[in-house]
Amino acid sequence: MRPNLTVNGELLRKLLVGFIENEVHKMGFHRAVIGVSGGVDSALSAFLAAQALGAENVWALIMPYKTSSPESVAHAELVVETLKIHSAIIDITPQIDAYFERFPEADTLRRGNKMARERMTILYDHSAALSALVLGTSNKTELMLGYGTLYGDMASAINPLGDLFKIQVWQLAAHMGVPEEIMKKKPTADLWEGQTDEEELGFTYEEVDQVLLLMIDKRYEIQDLMEAGFEEKFVRRVFGMVQSSQFKRRLPLIAKVSGRTIDRDFRYPRDWGR
Amino acid sequence: MKAKQTKIAIGQINPILGDLSRNLSLHEEMVERARQQGVNIIVFPELSLTGYFVKDLVPSLALSVQSPHLDRLKTLSSDISIVVGLVEESSDYRFFNSAILLEAGEVRHVHRKIYLPTYGMFDERRYFASGCRLQGAESRWGPLGLLICEDLWHPSAPYLISLEGMDILITLSSSPGRGLGGGEKLESVKIWESLNYTYAYLFSCFVVFANRVGYEDGVHFWGGSEILSPAGTLLAKGKYHEEDFVIADLDQAELRRERAASPLLRDECPDLVLRELKRIQGEKMKE
Repeated sequence: MRPNLTVNGELLRKLLVGFIENEVHKMGFHRAVIGVSGGVDSALSAFLAAQALGAENVWALIMPYKTSSPESVAHAELVVETLKIHSAIIDITPQIDAYFERFPEADTLRRGNKMARERMTILYDHSAALSALVLGTSNKTELMLGYGTLYGDMASAINPLGDLFKIQVWQLAAHMGVPEEIMKKKPTADLWEGQTDEEELGFTYEEVDQVLLLMIDKRYEIQDLMEAGFEEKFVRRVFGMVQSSQFKRRLPLIAKVSGRTIDRDFRYPRDWGR
Repeated sequence: MKAKQTKIAIGQINPILGDLSRNLSLHEEMVERARQQGVNIIVFPELSLTGYFVKDLVPSLALSVQSPHLDRLKTLSSDISIVVGLVEESSDYRFFNSAILLEAGEVRHVHRKIYLPTYGMFDERRYFASGCRLQGAESRWGPLGLLICEDLWHPSAPYLISLEGMDILITLSSSPGRGLGGGEKLESVKIWESLNYTYAYLFSCFVVFANRVGYEDGVHFWGGSEILSPAGTLLAKGKYHEEDFVIADLDQAELRRERAASPLLRDECPDLVLRELKRIQGEKMKE
């Protein structure tokens, strides 16, 4: 059987626009700042934010490194032009290169993580400079697989996309009119030339989203997934990724010694008094 | 002597999480608006005075029914009946998710939520005590059933109240929207609307479903409050996802006609239910 990943674009658009508008305003802000990469996720976040807050209240930061594909910057600029939102290009090459001069042996993982965290600090600096909340761009697929950098691209104040699988991001992006060029290109972290998510992961989003929907949303056990016709090796690999990345989805562990500890028995809503 | 017509309104509001005084003002404004339109009963959603995901705020927000915080609403209830949701504190310091009916300047009825969902996204049993009484409310506008959200997912709750007499089933709800099925409505919306329709028809009563709107910690409440006739006809419908003021006239003659046409209530057999319940319970005890 094929699980149903179809979303109603208009309903979802309303819910997420309402989410951004409500949660940003409640926190006493009216602006948002987004790291726009040229990919579909950040494009969709920007489209939603422009509708929720008005284009004049949205800032897109485009933060390429020298190895980033020129196409990525062009696509990010296309998002900016389409929405008529504010933007700035901030080349992160000088600060990244200055750092790795001290650690020339660093591999691509370290370099990729460093770039993601560099971009995060720039976004949060602009959050203070512009009185704008940082909007997240991580989708449910990458959050579940741990395919993101902790305190890097995973960091945000609010995230409208975190409960949408990648397949659903594409559907909503199509509904909202994200430009064709961005929709049809292969998803990439753009850390080196020719890199694509699906090649690096070893499966397609189409395949993994079906497994994740059943495993997470529908509570299928591994055995149930195999009976539903999915290959055991693939299912176990996905399960392993979800399990081993659990730490990325939680706040740091606090050693409990007192009678009332943050997030364990001190439990208040984040929107307390809002 | 029952009124022939009852004008009923729903304040489909977006309460501020954990801010009693601002929420009280919000209620007072809505009650004033209802009075101006000649409304007899105004209903607010579940935990309308506090917001829903109150967590550890429960003791800080709790009010006893004698609390002076409720005085202004009590005064306003001299000529309009008011149903609100709150964290209610008992004299022995237990905290309930309650609905109260204010009428003629006093608290006429308290319903303490029986079924506290503690699964999936819900954690109510952690913070609240469960009510243990299912009793109809005697209002100047006839017998009412006051229930809260999850109570309705247990058909025995409206069933028992209907046996006591229930012209209007009033549900206070803070229903989070969830479940993308690909259709125009979320799964949670579809289920609630079918429950309301079914209960109106099965218990031959008016149904008033007051659901809130707004977002709390990323969760949204979908609104869509509604008022149905005993034949399941939609008399009024609130907007989805937006604040609204929903109003409808309930006509006793319609209730009478429906009960004449489908005498389901007449044909109920409480003795049989009781006998069979005792038998089933006895057999379960042996397991």
